[in-house]
Amino acid sequence: MSLPEHYRPKVIVTKIGLDGHDRGSRIVATMLRDSGMEVVYTPPWQSISDVVRLAEEEDADVIGISSLATDHLLIPDLLDALRKSDLAHIGVIVGGIIPEEDENELLELGVSRVFHPGSTLKEISSYVQSLAIEVRANSLKNWESQNHEEH
Amino acid sequence: MKNTKVVDLRQDTPEDVWKQEYRNQLPDEKPIHNRSGIEIKPLYTPADWDDSKYEEKLGYPGQLPMTRGIYATMHRGKVWSQRQLIGFGTPEDYNQRLRKLLDAGNTAISLIPCNSVYRGYDIDEVDPKLLGTCGVMVNTVDDMDRCFQDVDIKSLSTAMNDPLPFTLLALLLAVARKRGVDWVHVSGTSNQSDYISHYVANHMFYRLSLEGSRRVLVDHIAFCQEHVPHWNPLSIVGQHMQQAGATPAEAMAFTLATGIQYAEDCIARGMDPNKFLERFTFFFDISISFFEEIAKCRAGRRIWQKIARERFGAHNPKVWRFKFHGQTSGVDLTRQEPLNNIARVTIQAMAGVFTGLQSMHTDSYDEVLSAPTEEAARIAVATQNIIREEAHCADVIDPLAGSYYIESLTDQMEEKILDIITKIDDAGGMFKAVEKGMIQNWIGHSAMRFQETIESGEQTIVGVNKYALDDESVSAKPLERPDTTIVENQLDTLEKYKTNRNRSDYNNAISRLQQAAQDETQNVYGAIVQAICSGVTHGEVVHQIRQELGFGQPQTTI
Repeated sequence: MSLPEHYRPKVIVTKIGLDGHDRGSRIVATMLRDSGMEVVYTPPWQSISDVVRLAEEEDADVIGISSLATDHLLIPDLLDALRKSDLAHIGVIVGGIIPEEDENELLELGVSRVFHPGSTLKEISSYVQSLAIEVRANSLKNWESQNHEEH
Repeated sequence: MKNTKVVDLRQDTPEDVWKQEYRNQLPDEKPIHNRSGIEIKPLYTPADWDDSKYEEKLGYPGQLPMTRGIYATMHRGKVWSQRQLIGFGTPEDYNQRLRKLLDAGNTAISLIPCNSVYRGYDIDEVDPKLLGTCGVMVNTVDDMDRCFQDVDIKSLSTAMNDPLPFTLLALLLAVARKRGVDWVHVSGTSNQSDYISHYVANHMFYRLSLEGSRRVLVDHIAFCQEHVPHWNPLSIVGQHMQQAGATPAEAMAFTLATGIQYAEDCIARGMDPNKFLERFTFFFDISISFFEEIAKCRAGRRIWQKIARERFGAHNPKVWRFKFHGQTSGVDLTRQEPLNNIARVTIQAMAGVFTGLQSMHTDSYDEVLSAPTEEAARIAVATQNIIREEAHCADVIDPLAGSYYIESLTDQMEEKILDIITKIDDAGGMFKAVEKGMIQNWIGHSAMRFQETIESGEQTIVGVNKYALDDESVSAKPLERPDTTIVENQLDTLEKYKTNRNRSDYNNAISRLQQAAQDETQNVYGAIVQAICSGVTHGEVVHQIRQELGFGQPQTTI
């Protein structure tokens, strides 16, 4: 099994926690959609369990979290929750106002990349495209190898 | 005929000569547009604006058509208030910072609560990791009392960041009552009272359903008019819309249309525009588009007086005044080379001063990295003082008036703004336009278009899409976090408050609140103030009001 040539990634763009500044998340979601991806966009203030459920139901490749007012402090909990639901393969990216030391911590914990103000939409969409393909290819590989062992 | 020169009688004017020369030297120049989409010419002359229209278009400060300012003396008579945002950690932390500001001679202060308060929760309802990082944790009368400990409430003008249903003002009024201070002496502004702007542009403050919000706001305005006459119950916020992506002309038009909507709602309740309009204030974003921002606000002043007089028939000259606060635009600031933001804020603040605003907040250069540090906040205040007292930018009232460019641009912005207001009128007014999603889509579209001008390089952002350094190292300061024990103590304090209060007082207050909410003839805000005075907390009030008046998710389509 292999990925179709023009794989169409499935991306969730959301905000967790308390803040509602959503200009950034709306622009990024619109742009990803317009570049051909399948985007699930949510209102702000999602709980971690909401996001995990959505990711599972939608079979997402990538979750994009926008944080402008310290809600990124909840991202370690999100990563934990994904791991506990066997969804650790999903790529998590973060955009917004993230202090440098927190960025390093997030990257160590498994966030794929942090985008800061000034990132271009092109930069974000090409990264998401390649991350999604990587995520999907890996999970296919895992599935195949598991299947192989079973038979 | 050898020595005879042929003279062309149709001699070129100097203007023709200039045009020719300009075209010859820049044959391929592309047209330049400002953020509102108005084409900007290389030169403005009396052909664009001439003094014969002076009385009609400009007049004198404090007089119609108000273009030049709303008071005769403007910044010579009263310096704009320098209102910096404060709010961090516990009520004690807030009180400490507040007293420092008061000792330094400030009287115009602000109160920024924690994000959990914005969302309508008490601190025991949210993840403790998020507490106290962005604003002060204040849920109860006791908390508010500690915020203002050893501070004379009468001596202050407080800008409360207090979205509907205005629990923070209720807490302040309860403290005043406890201390025996008559509510007549309580002054300040309910910032974040403009639910329409929250619904379309800043979901951070959005708490109630659109219909429920409509009622609570009018009740609040009526309550303040009767009981807290020196309080401005309403600040209409163009800033959110512009920060969310509206162009300067759109932001001004949406704000004026929102003002019209609220005024109509108050009139429908039987209130007199000659009274309530006096307490309407406005709040605008000041972007780095220098001349455009100045023209935007001058045009806004000219339009508002006309709305007050012609639409609402207001004959009280005080209500013709378009009073506004300005905040320098955070969206213009960059994470790359953050010290460059000091230059940006300076230009924005100068534009603010030239617009003739009544109060101003200058952003700290590090806001794009984290919540502002104290040093950066100091620089932001110093910037205002340098502009006023070293550079003498405020010595002359409306100093750019009479510039061919500024006057022509003010006229063009006015035309654009009026055009948008007409479109909103045609849609049935702002409330209807918002219900239909028209304004949200408009803002989203403009945000996208502006982003495209950045990505195409049409709009330069220094250090981002031009003159960028190869080395992308950023001197980000770590996030200032409150001590976790402080958060725990505050949670304990809340728990004790809730257990120690009189149960039957609490139950009575809740049922009175429910009754008032269900009965449209009662003032629901009066019941909220009563409930808070009886010991009900902020989060409990919001919970009840949401249950009675509904909470709808704001529209979030893309």
